[in-house]
Amino acid sequence: MDRKVFNKWSNRIFYILGLLATLIGLAVLVALLLDVLSDGLGRLGWQFLTSYPSRRPQEAGILSAWVGTVWIMLLTGLLALPVGIMAAIHMEEYGKKNWLTNLIEINIANLAGVPSIIYGLLGLGLFVRAMQLDRSIIAGAATLAILVMPIVIMSAREALRAIPSSIREASYALGATKWQTIWHQVIPAAMPGIMTGIILAMSRAVGETAPLITIGALTYVAFLPTSPISSEFPFFSIQGLFDPFTVLPIQIFNWVSRPQKGFFADAAAGIIVLLMITFAMNGLAVWIRHRHQKKIRW
Amino acid sequence: MAFKIKEVSAFYGGKQAVKNVSLAIQARSVTAIIGPSGCGKSTFIRCLNRMNDLVPQFRLEGEILYNGTNIYSRDLDITEVRRRIGMVFQKPNPFPKSIYENAAYGLRIQGISKKGTLDKVVEESLKKAALWEEVRDRLHASALALSGGQQQRLCIARAIATQPEVILFDEPCSALDPIATAKVEDLITALKKEYTVIIVTHNMQQAARVSDVTGFFMMGELIEFDITQKIFTAPSNKLTEDYITGRFG
Repeated sequence: MDRKVFNKWSNRIFYILGLLATLIGLAVLVALLLDVLSDGLGRLGWQFLTSYPSRRPQEAGILSAWVGTVWIMLLTGLLALPVGIMAAIHMEEYGKKNWLTNLIEINIANLAGVPSIIYGLLGLGLFVRAMQLDRSIIAGAATLAILVMPIVIMSAREALRAIPSSIREASYALGATKWQTIWHQVIPAAMPGIMTGIILAMSRAVGETAPLITIGALTYVAFLPTSPISSEFPFFSIQGLFDPFTVLPIQIFNWVSRPQKGFFADAAAGIIVLLMITFAMNGLAVWIRHRHQKKIRW
Repeated sequence: MAFKIKEVSAFYGGKQAVKNVSLAIQARSVTAIIGPSGCGKSTFIRCLNRMNDLVPQFRLEGEILYNGTNIYSRDLDITEVRRRIGMVFQKPNPFPKSIYENAAYGLRIQGISKKGTLDKVVEESLKKAALWEEVRDRLHASALALSGGQQQRLCIARAIATQPEVILFDEPCSALDPIATAKVEDLITALKKEYTVIIVTHNMQQAARVSDVTGFFMMGELIEFDITQKIFTAPSNKLTEDYITGRFG
């Protein structure tokens, strides 16, 4: 075979191999989706979203689970984002390059790869036992906050680093202080990137099961956390933070392990809801990034 | 004299970029700094508004007196130095904000937020930068939608808005086409009535066109510093002559 023919064929074969590899991933995803949809779509409905779990599969629902998920997500965000973003700003803008910052950087990069169950054990020891928060929403949110913090820090740093130095120079040259430059120019310009990272980190947190089971989230919850709005003075309550809770993935996990066939459909319907939340969050991240790219070209 | 520069040497870590340079710069004149790539001319101009302070391990020896005050003295406010000595960079670098906000930023950081004042200053500086007519009906559009030449004039307007006394230009036309370059050059000539202008340029014709005084740098040293006309017609140093006649560089 002469060289030309060989090159032509090797190119063609490689193309087909690449296409197959891509299709395998896609096919698995489509198969999963179809399977879940065919199992669960029938159960999805208003009743499913507004009912507590029950021992009768037809009457069971995910009310306590999705409310718990919303609580946990909001609190995780509230705890992880300010600390994570400020840490990123410090490391990127203020931190001097020395062995200490190097050590911290390596640590954070490693933390992002630690299995989530380890965070669960940390949460159990630190929040549930040592701080005596018990199996409460706040303990769960604090655990997840620690879990997503490295991801938030790393993506925020990435976004800050992407802001060209010419923007900083322009600001300094007008007589801006370091604080003004960071606050007025660097952070707003980096905001879409930071937001994208945050949403991706949160969409990871929304599906976490292991750490919450480890700290003892309940699997059968037939009540909601105390509402944050109360009818009496001072019209809000933080009692809900200390209530026990469950979240969607735990509810799904519980149903999957039940022997009755009906709970299988419940689990599939729960998965559909969880998938929709994740897709919506990822979609939002993609949209923000896309809109940003169209608007700004450095 | 606006600037009196006395035996200035500049270092990045162990590497010396500017070697023992002394010169004086007249107020309300255009001074051009020319020389081959890597000769230290950009480093030199960035010493004049302490832009190099942003570079870790940067070190300066000697004195730079501006109106008699050493701008590197410890008790001087660096932001005040930069406000009074503005700068326009090689690549147009507008903020990713509106045209209006770009021009107004220098005032905003001084705590000025009264709309009337800002409107007036924005209009005045855009007029001085010969950009007003082109953007007056879209002041709140993104500055990034402007062409490269317009962006550079916006950067000039932004520098003018803080009412500096000196404007430093660091190769302001190297990213622009000939027409945009001509506009910026006209602007520089007009600006010298009110401002002290110092311009670093690669382009010798540009230096000859716009400047009153020219300094020729090579390997970090100031080889010759004289009236522009004399530098380009009868340089006293052999190196200067070789450079302007295109024998190297």
